[in-house]
Amino acid sequence: MDELLKILKSNALETNEDIAKMMGISEAEVIARKKEYEDSGIILGYQAILNEDKLDTDLVQAIIGVKITPVKDGGFDNIARCISNFDEVENCYLVSGNFDLIAVLRASNLKGVARFVSEKLSMLDGVISVETHFMLKVYKDKGILATEEALDERLKVSP
Amino acid sequence: MKNLESYISDKVRDVPRSGIRDFFEIVAERKDVISLSIGEPDFVAPWHVREATAYAVTNGATSYTANLGMLELRQEVSTYIKDKFKLSYNPAKEILITVGASEAIDLALRALLNPGDEVLYHEPCYVSYAPVISMAHGIPVLVETNVKNNFMLRASDLEKKITEKTKVLMLNFPTNPTGATLSHDVAKELAEFAVKHDLVVITDEIYSELTYDEDRISVANFPGMQERTIFIHGMSKAWAMTGYRIGYACAPNVLIEAMMKIHQYTIMCAPVLSQKAAIEALKNGDVHVAKMRDEYHRRRNYIIAELNEMGIPCHTPEGAFYVFPDISKFGMSSKDFCMKFLNEYDVACVPGTAFGASGEGFMRCSYATAFESIKIAMKRLRHFIADIS
Ligand SMILES: Cc1ncc(COP(=O)(O)O)c(C=O)c1O
Repeated sequence: MDELLKILKSNALETNEDIAKMMGISEAEVIARKKEYEDSGIILGYQAILNEDKLDTDLVQAIIGVKITPVKDGGFDNIARCISNFDEVENCYLVSGNFDLIAVLRASNLKGVARFVSEKLSMLDGVISVETHFMLKVYKDKGILATEEALDERLKVSP
Repeated sequence: MKNLESYISDKVRDVPRSGIRDFFEIVAERKDVISLSIGEPDFVAPWHVREATAYAVTNGATSYTANLGMLELRQEVSTYIKDKFKLSYNPAKEILITVGASEAIDLALRALLNPGDEVLYHEPCYVSYAPVISMAHGIPVLVETNVKNNFMLRASDLEKKITEKTKVLMLNFPTNPTGATLSHDVAKELAEFAVKHDLVVITDEIYSELTYDEDRISVANFPGMQERTIFIHGMSKAWAMTGYRIGYACAPNVLIEAMMKIHQYTIMCAPVLSQKAAIEALKNGDVHVAKMRDEYHRRRNYIIAELNEMGIPCHTPEGAFYVFPDISKFGMSSKDFCMKFLNEYDVACVPGTAFGASGEGFMRCSYATAFESIKIAMKRLRHFIADIS
């Protein structure tokens, strides 16, 4: 992966000035390359990674396995796009194995998930079955551990 | 009983206290210091290595191993060295697993030196070299390197110090504390010097994985060199495994046998769990090493850019995780500069003199520290030099 993308993936808030110093290029070049990635849709956005367990909300997340019948021409894409378009769906992937699609769903409460699954998802043409797994606890998200890391126990000066 | 001091051997009594220890004691007492004084990675050992250690102990890996180290580990070392350095060593008799590179250095010197034999080493350097040479009854003969040569050692400087007593040349590139590496031409020049004077070469390659701009080159790669070289490396730096204490020496069988004699009677073998962990690290650790190297590389670029902006001269070190800026223009000794910076801005850098008198006018900043801390440290350095300029 390109160095600039690696840096942004680990901290998108790094300033252009600091990125320029890390990469040994000019700030103008950093800005131009960022823009190129944004324009070409390689960078889709910048978001904070939250540990939502620490927020006092009733928010519910579920991972839903979906079996579907592919259709001529569109294959899996049409129905996958249709599912992805729902605001409640945060991620959606075509996968190998028992399911065809995995969707990650967010709703403000249990009922919200139930409603989405029974009233929207299951009703879609081509959906054969769904299997819902509620998320109970987050251990790691976007490569970041949700638990506190160990303290730095190194000696303060060493040869 | 007489004064206990008088029982201490002359040799040991004569070894001066490490300059870095003095500094350590001052820093250790202080809270909330940002330390750029740490000579070990800020990363913990990769998880797969830690997991393999736990698995090994759970399954009862608690016994001694062969004196040379586990054959499987020696095989992994052999494959790694062949792969990365294009050097072939027979795992059955040319590789010895030690307790850190530290032990390997000590063994090599003790195996080679008779009282009065001279060892050429370059300064500024790792704090242990001169004391370890002395304790092995050798005479450390220092050769200064300087910023004009990017802290590379030149054969012409060595020529001035060679005598009939010279037996060993000790090298450490990339260098702690300067981050210096050898260009191909200079490495060749040093190799030719060693061959010409028929010296044994101990090359401490502990930082060789951490080079940023060019391919690594070892003196051992040049004609006539492998047969006279003790190649020392280990898991501490690039694999972030300092506390595991695993290093190794690769050398012709005669030398390994001699080192092994000392090792078997003093150490027996390196700890088995650490050996198991090292096997895992060498087998599956490449991606993690590469990731950490990338991170160090970014930090190095950042610090160099910052120092440049501040107008503090600093050669761009090509390896290790240290920068060695020239602070002489501020008109203070290295020690005074570092103490004042520590006292006024709570940032700890090591005075260059901790690595030999030739380090006067410089300080060592380690970038084995979280990037956010480096940023703060550089901001504070800006304020500090504005105060004193
Ligand atoms: C140049 C050099 N050699 C050897 C060592 C010791 O390494 P080990 O942990 O393998 O004993 C260090 C550690 O700081 C070092 O900087």
